Amino acid sequence: MNALMNSLIPLVVLLPLIGAAGALVAGRRPKLQVTFSITVLSLVVLTSAALVYLTDQTGGHAVEVGGWSAPFGIVLVVDRLSALMLLISSIVLLCVLVFSVGQGMADGDRETPVSIYHPSYLILAAGVFNAFVAGDLFNLYVSFEILLVASYVLLTLGGTQARIKAGITYIIVSLVSSMLFLASIAMIYGATGTVNIAQLSVRLGELPADIQLVLQIMLLVAFGIKAAVFPLSFWLPDSYPTAPAPVTAVFAGLLTKVGVYAIIRTETVLFPGNTLQTVLLVVALLTLVIGILGAVAQSDIKRMLSFTLVSHIGYMIFGIAIGTVAGLGATIYYVIHHITVQTTLFLATGLVERQGGTTALNRLGGLLKASPVIAVLFFIPALNLGGIPPFSGFIGKLGLFEAGAQAPSPLVWVLIGAGALTSLLTLYALMRAWSLAFWRPKREAHEEESPALDRIEEAPEETSDVQDTKASPRIMIGATVAMVTVSIALTVFAGPLYSMATRAAEALESPADYISLVFPEGGVS
Amino acid sequence: MSASLVLILLMAVLYAGGVYLLLGRSMTRMLLGFLLVGNATNLLILIIAGPAGLAPIVADGVEPSEMHDPLPEALILTAIVITFGVSAFLLALIYRSWRIARADVITSDEADVAVGGADSSIDDEASNEAEDGSGEDTEFEGRAEAKTP
Repeated sequence: MNALMNSLIPLVVLLPLIGAAGALVAGRRPKLQVTFSITVLSLVVLTSAALVYLTDQTGGHAVEVGGWSAPFGIVLVVDRLSALMLLISSIVLLCVLVFSVGQGMADGDRETPVSIYHPSYLILAAGVFNAFVAGDLFNLYVSFEILLVASYVLLTLGGTQARIKAGITYIIVSLVSSMLFLASIAMIYGATGTVNIAQLSVRLGELPADIQLVLQIMLLVAFGIKAAVFPLSFWLPDSYPTAPAPVTAVFAGLLTKVGVYAIIRTETVLFPGNTLQTVLLVVALLTLVIGILGAVAQSDIKRMLSFTLVSHIGYMIFGIAIGTVAGLGATIYYVIHHITVQTTLFLATGLVERQGGTTALNRLGGLLKASPVIAVLFFIPALNLGGIPPFSGFIGKLGLFEAGAQAPSPLVWVLIGAGALTSLLTLYALMRAWSLAFWRPKREAHEEESPALDRIEEAPEETSDVQDTKASPRIMIGATVAMVTVSIALTVFAGPLYSMATRAAEALESPADYISLVFPEGGVS
Repeated sequence: MSASLVLILLMAVLYAGGVYLLLGRSMTRMLLGFLLVGNATNLLILIIAGPAGLAPIVADGVEPSEMHDPLPEALILTAIVITFGVSAFLLALIYRSWRIARADVITSDEADVAVGGADSSIDDEASNEAEDGSGEDTEFEGRAEAKTP
């Protein structure tokens, strides 16, 4: 069993990297390149599925890369949380890749120049997977850099004026966050003499409380920028919407969640004890409320979705702040739900953009008649994100509120209220978008007078150019259908999934479990 | 652990200058700021490693306690490589922006201004200033006006 895990764990990073090299070599032969990258990501999905099964049996495994033993060499650690994140992110990456292949075929690769797109996409995948299996802080930093550098390329694909402007903001903010992370690693190494997460878990606890607090806050700020937690979320709605639809979808689904994953690790393995509970609760409250108020004010579907993305990060921070097994379990389930649903919504918006020629709500109309399939594909994840039963959004939010109610304090009750309000406002924003874009007859799109539209009508004209409308190829619809199916599967298999998330949370609650994965013989100090 | 005061002062100056440059609207300044902050962080790692010791090569007559810790150097090397790669990419972006828009500055976001409504006048002024180049933010300004058809 261990020998199998030893070979499976490095594969999740190695396969996409080999795939990227292959895709680069095959740059002049698009068909070969597409086959290559889809095969590679499908293999990663299978590997991650095997890892989920195996880690749930054994509790996890650590690989010492290159045979260097634990505190000196690099370790790759997979526990239940990592395995779950690997599986869901590889499925999402595969579906989005298929979607973008469909788009590339239809548009003659104008939006996504294929020779750079596939290698960068696979390197992004390698970075994301590496972040989930990283067993030491510096490896985590390197994987952040891998995925960020790939994301810089993807965000500025084609190099148009708007994308370069958005790209610069995004790059500078990410660089500041990376530098903060690197500085905190330097401080942590200075204080403890190690960067191995399992060893840090022991040694950080021996430091004086105030030094622990400084290190913890530095890491949280660095990860908070990546996870787009208020007030560090300002960059996200400006940079994501300008990228091509599949790129925005995968960024929205995955990149912020890598930050959330790092925050979960920081708050459980590195700094157990939940010393910053009040701060995290307040931050979660502000993220929820301010994010969703931003979403309600938006006139463009992509921007509106970016704001709901920021807002819903608040739920995950809420779960982390509760800090109990129930809270963390609900957070893990919510992260999985949110990766799936947010990606699906952005893919559906990509279809809307093709069908309607724009994503500006004051220009769209009559899409229900034009394409009932897209209407359904947008409607299901919209209800899901809004938390309508029986979808996974409802299960995740219910789990969070229940966990909050079990560990009550006045602030937690305020957060439960804010969470419910955010859920309703999300539903309001998404349903308004849906009824304007799909339900409203086409001819009313320019005539309709309504107080709710007053603010929206002020949207600048030049940002809402109506392009030619194009039919959506079957591959794009198929990929979106697959994502909707995955999001429904999260409801159908909610029982086993939720109990596995709870087992993952139990392991997180006792750092000794994580330490024993890396140092099976014990004796770490 | 003892640390050199000169290095610490140097690091502080680099951080201060870097952050100041990063806050500007000019992309070239941001790049310079990023380079300064990156080097400041590398210096921080170097300071953390403590005073210099012997080369960490296992040989007769060298006590491990006298050796210098090699890990921080490895970290710095990795960080330098990453900084180098990102700077190259940033330079390419700046060049591209210069080719397309003949501008080196970041303008205000239209959608933000629209949602901001009446309160956006301050932003407008800032972006107008940046656009007509009356600010002294960029060294390319004069020639930019001349070359734009």
